[in-house]
Amino acid sequence: MIEARGIKKKFGNLEVLKGIDFNVEKGEVLCIIGPSGSGKSTLLRCLNRLEEITEGTIKIDGEDIHDRKTDVNKLREKLGMVFQSFNLFPHLNVLNNITFAPVELKKMDKKQAEEKARYLLRKVGLEDKALVYPEKLSGGQKQRAAIARALAMEPEIMLFDEPTSALDPEMVGEVLQVMKDLARDGMTMVVVTHEMGFAREVADRVIFMDDGLIIEEAAPEQLFTAPQNPRTKDFLSKVL
Amino acid sequence: MDFIELFRESFPSLLSGLTVTLKITALALVIATLLGLLFGLMSISNNKLLMFIARIYVDLIRGTPLIVQAFFIYFGLPTALDFKINAFSAGVAAVGINAGAYMVEIFRAGIMAVDKGQMEAARSLGLSYRKSMAKIILPQAVRKMIPAFINQFIISLKDTSILSVIGIRELTQSGEIIIASNYRAFETWGMIGIMYFVIIMLLSYTARSLERRLVI
Ligand SMILES: Nc1ncnc2c1ncn2[C@@H]1O[C@H](COP(=O)(O)OP(=O)(O)OP(=O)(O)O)[C@@H](O)[C@H]1O
Ligand SMILES: [Mg+2]
Repeated sequence: MIEARGIKKKFGNLEVLKGIDFNVEKGEVLCIIGPSGSGKSTLLRCLNRLEEITEGTIKIDGEDIHDRKTDVNKLREKLGMVFQSFNLFPHLNVLNNITFAPVELKKMDKKQAEEKARYLLRKVGLEDKALVYPEKLSGGQKQRAAIARALAMEPEIMLFDEPTSALDPEMVGEVLQVMKDLARDGMTMVVVTHEMGFAREVADRVIFMDDGLIIEEAAPEQLFTAPQNPRTKDFLSKVL
Repeated sequence: MDFIELFRESFPSLLSGLTVTLKITALALVIATLLGLLFGLMSISNNKLLMFIARIYVDLIRGTPLIVQAFFIYFGLPTALDFKINAFSAGVAAVGINAGAYMVEIFRAGIMAVDKGQMEAARSLGLSYRKSMAKIILPQAVRKMIPAFINQFIISLKDTSILSVIGIRELTQSGEIIIASNYRAFETWGMIGIMYFVIIMLLSYTARSLERRLVI
């Protein structure tokens, strides 16, 4: 579903991604772990072209997304993204946060979009918060609303960039639960995370990145119990 | 002539002067807002040429006095390009174009003050730049701009007094005409000062309560 080949990304002179190859299959959950500054967020952002790549190709459903002819807006409809800092729209209530894009882009009528939104809110456990503004939500609730917002566009793939890093510890669980449910429903997911427990339990495959390169890629049991590369070992010994 | 009589004689014409002042200010600010939005968006675009044009506009206006701009629009352009413009329209244009340059910076600052994640969230949902800007960024930016906008309103309102030089009978010019016949400078300028002051206080007060209600 995602096919990335030889991805390089420079910010000015700083090379942040130094040649990355990976695939993601339909229905698969891929977790990306690695130290701060290793390029995880940048890699994720290249997948929906929030960042342009310097070299290489990324294909989604066989379509080269960094090609000039690709309609980036259509492409992004297929990819839901969830940010560390939620980025809910503060001037819209939760319901309108969710219905906004479908109404604008899918030309869905408002009523239909609202029914859909309420269904999604039930799914993430926020049915009673539909008419509340984001500032009134806790961090965990914000992130669940943000997930519902992304799901409303019926994406084929969900990208998560450290969705729980900005949360108080007691709220991490509720967000991870929503993500687990999604994975169980067969959603294709790429998750940048520091939650090793989540990666171990939910991921089909884990990628360890360091300094702009994929150092190791394996099934979670293998990577967490028997890492091959000394840098992976070193990193895991610090975080586990 | 006692003050009551002076007041009764001059107040109607001062009031009509004030009406002209408010009309010019209101129209000029509509123009300024449109110019500010247009050039403000140009100034934050990725297009070097658009950025450059916006820069030139802002620099040209900020680098010259309003009185010169007013003379240029009222006397300069019509002679060079051979057209006619009445004083009122020239006055609205001068104050509007002048305030527009400051509005560019106000829009720019307002847009920049919106968290960058907002644009990214909107774009990642598949919305175009234009839609994201119009429906997500600008509504938030405008709320942040209110104090600066009101401030510009007040500055422009006071700036209209300069238009007395091109013969528009706004509040200041009305005062000059009255004094030319009654020689009561102290009382007349005093009344005019109070009228400007009251209007501006009303504006500031409305602004503050508006700002409180729109805070997000
Ligand atoms: N827009 C940018 N301009 C310049 N440098 C950038 C930009 N974005 C990221 N970088 C740099 O790229 C490198 C990788 O950043 P990235 O955010 O991808 O790391 P990360 O692995 O997600 O780290 P973290 O775990 O802290 O989120 C860092 O050195 C960062 O400073
Ligand atoms: Mg990151």
